[in-house]
Amino acid sequence: MKTLILRWLPNGRRTVIGIPFTFLLLFFLVPFILVVTISFSQQQLGVPPYTPLTTLKDDVYSIALNIGHYKFLLQDDLYFATYISSLQIALVSTLLCLLIGFPIAYYIARASESVRGTLMMMVMLPFWTSFLIRVYAWIGILKNDGFLNQFLMWLGLISAPLRIYHTNWGVYIGMVYSYLPFMIMPLYAHLVKMDLTLLEAAYDLGSKPWRAFIEVTLPLSKNGIIAGSLLVFIPAVGEYVIPELLGGSDTLMIGRVMWDEFFNNVDWPMASAVTCAMVLLLLVPMALFQHYQTKVLEESKR
Amino acid sequence: MIKPSKPMSVSVLGLGYLFLYLPIILLVIYSFNESKLVTVWSGFSTKWYATLLDDDELITAAWLSLKIALMTAFASVVIGTWGGFVLARFGRFRMLTLFTAMINAPLVIPEVIQGISLLLLFVAMEQLLGWPQGRGVFTIWIGHVMLCVSYVAIIVQSRVKELNLSYEEAAMDLGATPFKVFFVITLPLIAQALISGWLLSFTLSLDDLVLTAFLSGPGSTTLPLVVFSRVRLGLNPEMNALATIFILLVTIGVVAANQYMRAAERKRAREMRMAFQSESTLAETDNSPVMARQAEGASKPALLTRKGVQS
Repeated sequence: MKTLILRWLPNGRRTVIGIPFTFLLLFFLVPFILVVTISFSQQQLGVPPYTPLTTLKDDVYSIALNIGHYKFLLQDDLYFATYISSLQIALVSTLLCLLIGFPIAYYIARASESVRGTLMMMVMLPFWTSFLIRVYAWIGILKNDGFLNQFLMWLGLISAPLRIYHTNWGVYIGMVYSYLPFMIMPLYAHLVKMDLTLLEAAYDLGSKPWRAFIEVTLPLSKNGIIAGSLLVFIPAVGEYVIPELLGGSDTLMIGRVMWDEFFNNVDWPMASAVTCAMVLLLLVPMALFQHYQTKVLEESKR
Repeated sequence: MIKPSKPMSVSVLGLGYLFLYLPIILLVIYSFNESKLVTVWSGFSTKWYATLLDDDELITAAWLSLKIALMTAFASVVIGTWGGFVLARFGRFRMLTLFTAMINAPLVIPEVIQGISLLLLFVAMEQLLGWPQGRGVFTIWIGHVMLCVSYVAIIVQSRVKELNLSYEEAAMDLGATPFKVFFVITLPLIAQALISGWLLSFTLSLDDLVLTAFLSGPGSTTLPLVVFSRVRLGLNPEMNALATIFILLVTIGVVAANQYMRAAERKRAREMRMAFQSESTLAETDNSPVMARQAEGASKPALLTRKGVQS
């Protein structure tokens, strides 16, 4: 009996683990379960603006699950187009980030050791300034009478202004600009600790630089590429601010749809259902990220 | 050793940094533009800065943001350090996978998801417990802490992993309780990680828009909410001026922090070298590596404590 009581009394180790665990459970997992629950309820006028799932009437405890929102999400063409468009915009942005970020990370990692720190700090510096301000800065550049069009017309390359602001191209540029540091960081971390003698060996054995790059450098930075791509792709799918400020009214993104359902239509259950759909879309990339993180954790343990 | 071609390297990095910095530079230049049209230069003027100082809505919002950011930074350092330490030191426990998942997920999860889920939690809590009443500073604070805890935990976790266990073991051997060991030995050793975590949380909180939009109530409008509502309508020279001030402060802060950390690192390297030198002299007389290790250990925590006090 005594041991049983002792087991339930908080011991040191259990308390130390338990407190942050409870905090995360309460403010991360429980809210999540609530979202799923509320996505099965119905909109109503009042506080809160959704109906309870369970009712106790005449001693009958009944649970009513409203799957109407999900049915609508699956059947409506606009929603389907939104999923595809969100994934496509996020994918293109990730690829552009990789194409621009890889050379930058590569040359920073190969720069002399004394300047590397400063170069990385310069990559991170814009990240420390406000995200909103950085997106705002692009409005002035991309507008029809903005700096880019003024410059290109002054060069004589174009005669009429390019329409970039309020199109998907504006969103791509904004995404690449905002998320580039997240791509460069993991890439740099992998490239900088790469064993350069492997490249030397490849050269000595007669390999051309591009071939050595493809067969040595690229495979060795694989984990960095995966980590960077996921760090860009996952938040990009749910992005709201960039499509709202730089995209057009026809730029369909799931984060934006959910925001509108919530704030403009005050349809909380529908917004919850859209959120669940977003999570489902992101489940595979998030599981990959998790897998990668635990792998890094285990590697550092060894 | 293989060196990449110099011209290639310079042009790639040049273009890369041009892309990163040109928008910011243009923003700063045009904050001094006289015209209301942001993209047409008409003369130098600082009038938009003066307008900024008279803008009560903006200033109230800025104060509120600052207050929340400070609260968030302190709370997330406490909780994040706790979580990161557990992650690094408590190895295998039953729910470890869930714990790591919950620590890592907020790093990548879109903010709209976190925003709506926290809001629904607070609404449900109000229904069940009558608390928190409505939304405001408190709910924003919790939301921001949730956003920042993961970053702090990850920074702290990797720093704790690098630590040499022997300092803590030595303290434990000398009879310190685990509690005391953590506060007297471990915490000073990871002070630098705590500072980075604090700064990161502070800026993340100051900048957050999406989560705040969900969790704020009437009377708790933060700076990003005000900025967003104005920027949405298009360009606004006053916002350029605000951005310039922000960029200036951040640049000074980051460069100073960077300089400081590098100086500390150099100092540490020097003291390590000195410790190793004394180790070799000791080894000649006594052949006892334990004492040398103690010498190294003594110099390191002392240095880091000083650092903690200074900042």
